[in-house]
Amino acid sequence: MPTDGSNESGAVRWPRADNTRVPYHIFDDGEVHAREQARVFQGPCWQFVCLAQEVAGPGEWKNTFVGETPVVVVRDETGGLNAFENRCVHKGALVCLADRGRAEHFTCVYHNWTYDLAGRLKSVAFRRGVKGIGGMEDSFRLEDHRLRPLRVRELCGLVFATFDDDAGELEDYIGPEITARLRRVLNRPTRILGYHSQYLANNWKLYIENVKDTYHAGLLHLFFATFKLNRLASEGGVVVSECGGNHASYSRRRTIHADAEYDSSTLRAARDDYALADPRLLDSVDEFGDGINVQILTIFPNFVLQQVENSIAVRQVLPKGTEETELLWTVLGYEDDDEDMTEMRLRQANLIGPAGYVSLEDGAVGGFVQRGVKGAGDAASVIEMGGAGDASQESRVTEASVRGFWRAWRRMMGD
Amino acid sequence: MDTRLQARLALEDLNARYVDCLDQGRFEGWPDFFTEDAVYKIISAENHEQGLPLGVIDCRGRAMMRDRITALRDANIFEDHRYRHIVSTPLVRRAADDEVWAETNYQVTRIMRDGSAMLFSLGRYLDRLTGAGEDMRFAERLVVFDNKRIDTLLVIPL
Ligand SMILES: [Fe+2]
Repeated sequence: MPTDGSNESGAVRWPRADNTRVPYHIFDDGEVHAREQARVFQGPCWQFVCLAQEVAGPGEWKNTFVGETPVVVVRDETGGLNAFENRCVHKGALVCLADRGRAEHFTCVYHNWTYDLAGRLKSVAFRRGVKGIGGMEDSFRLEDHRLRPLRVRELCGLVFATFDDDAGELEDYIGPEITARLRRVLNRPTRILGYHSQYLANNWKLYIENVKDTYHAGLLHLFFATFKLNRLASEGGVVVSECGGNHASYSRRRTIHADAEYDSSTLRAARDDYALADPRLLDSVDEFGDGINVQILTIFPNFVLQQVENSIAVRQVLPKGTEETELLWTVLGYEDDDEDMTEMRLRQANLIGPAGYVSLEDGAVGGFVQRGVKGAGDAASVIEMGGAGDASQESRVTEASVRGFWRAWRRMMGD
Repeated sequence: MDTRLQARLALEDLNARYVDCLDQGRFEGWPDFFTEDAVYKIISAENHEQGLPLGVIDCRGRAMMRDRITALRDANIFEDHRYRHIVSTPLVRRAADDEVWAETNYQVTRIMRDGSAMLFSLGRYLDRLTGAGEDMRFAERLVVFDNKRIDTLLVIPL
């Protein structure tokens, strides 16, 4: 199957020049999927692969994916970060089999071909044969072979990698407004509180649409409304990067902070109205000092940074075939958290993740679309909330960032 | 009868009533299997073994458990489904007069509205219990699941 997009195979039938109509076959067409692996995931975009602290010491490595391609990230002897395809150059077997480890070199179990921490081939078992018989021809040179490398950059403790030199520099790729909002949250050393893995019965782009779509939050997630916790109905907006593909949406707590009349006893009295039997769930502090209590940030194609009150997490969205997706959450605190702060973050972790009060619906809704669009032919979704463009807006009742995603995706796919 | 055997019989009965409550959808009765300030936490074996504290559900006290059930009934949106638990004979690690430590293996099959069933979760209950006989309650129930990948969502307790 051609994957270079050079002919019609895998071409998307866009009904309009703008991004207000997205054809449904984009979510279940295997040829689109194959072309997307080549053009987007192996194309000029930076993809989150791990946290720097997960590969902190020399030789520490982590197994991950870029698109569907298995990739290993490793810290070398000099403290630099390397990444390469987890695929032996000999027969294509996985070289690293565990999730994580520490190594001085990597050896493929199949035929003992061995690589250094940069992925360069260092030895081939029985290269000279046995007693001078067999083995490789003299023309075989180790230095002609290496595990296929990716370019690696680190920002705010996050590690990103790309297969394509055309991705440019990471901060330029993210853009200044989104970089500033990334730095806002990842402003000091983090501590990993744990991981979630969630498997979704939908194409990865449906999850990304869901994350970028701020319009659905108060409609699908009824937890806050049911418990009369009107926290999300406050001011906010959506910032979209120039390229369209990166975004940050935010909302601000209602202006009850810092006013002298709202001392802590008044706030506690107000809690009698909560229907929550244990309102400690929503204990929170304005730790960034700007009153923004929710910020969701994405970097094209598949990275999410979440701040929901004091619950901080990064999410890596991994395609698993055309109609399945793995969502990997790494939930964070900070190194300077005391015990009470860690407890607060763990209580708030009930809001997010596969069982999260305000996120569990997102695990299912992509599957509702995936099943809904079977047999849809050339039908397309209608994405007109907030107009047809993708400029930043001072409202969250908009689908601007969704249209921005499709603009970036179309450009990378050459559509 | 020795203390361990008594504890095992009491926990077997408690487990049977516990899974019956969840599998028959009588979720409002679920917090009553716990003491007032009990901990109920669902955590992946991966996090648990690395000493990472993050749980999928993390209830501190019965009030938080009641909130989980209220949300399940009235707030959260999901496709109709039910569980069928299979639990092993409990292994009593230690039985004192006032406290029991025990482990029970479990498997949960999730049955969807369309009739499809899948092995949704499997692992161990790590329990600390107080009370004897029919008064036995969970002071702590740690649900440590082996299959770290959660399919779609988790809303009914395990
Ligand atoms: Fe959502």
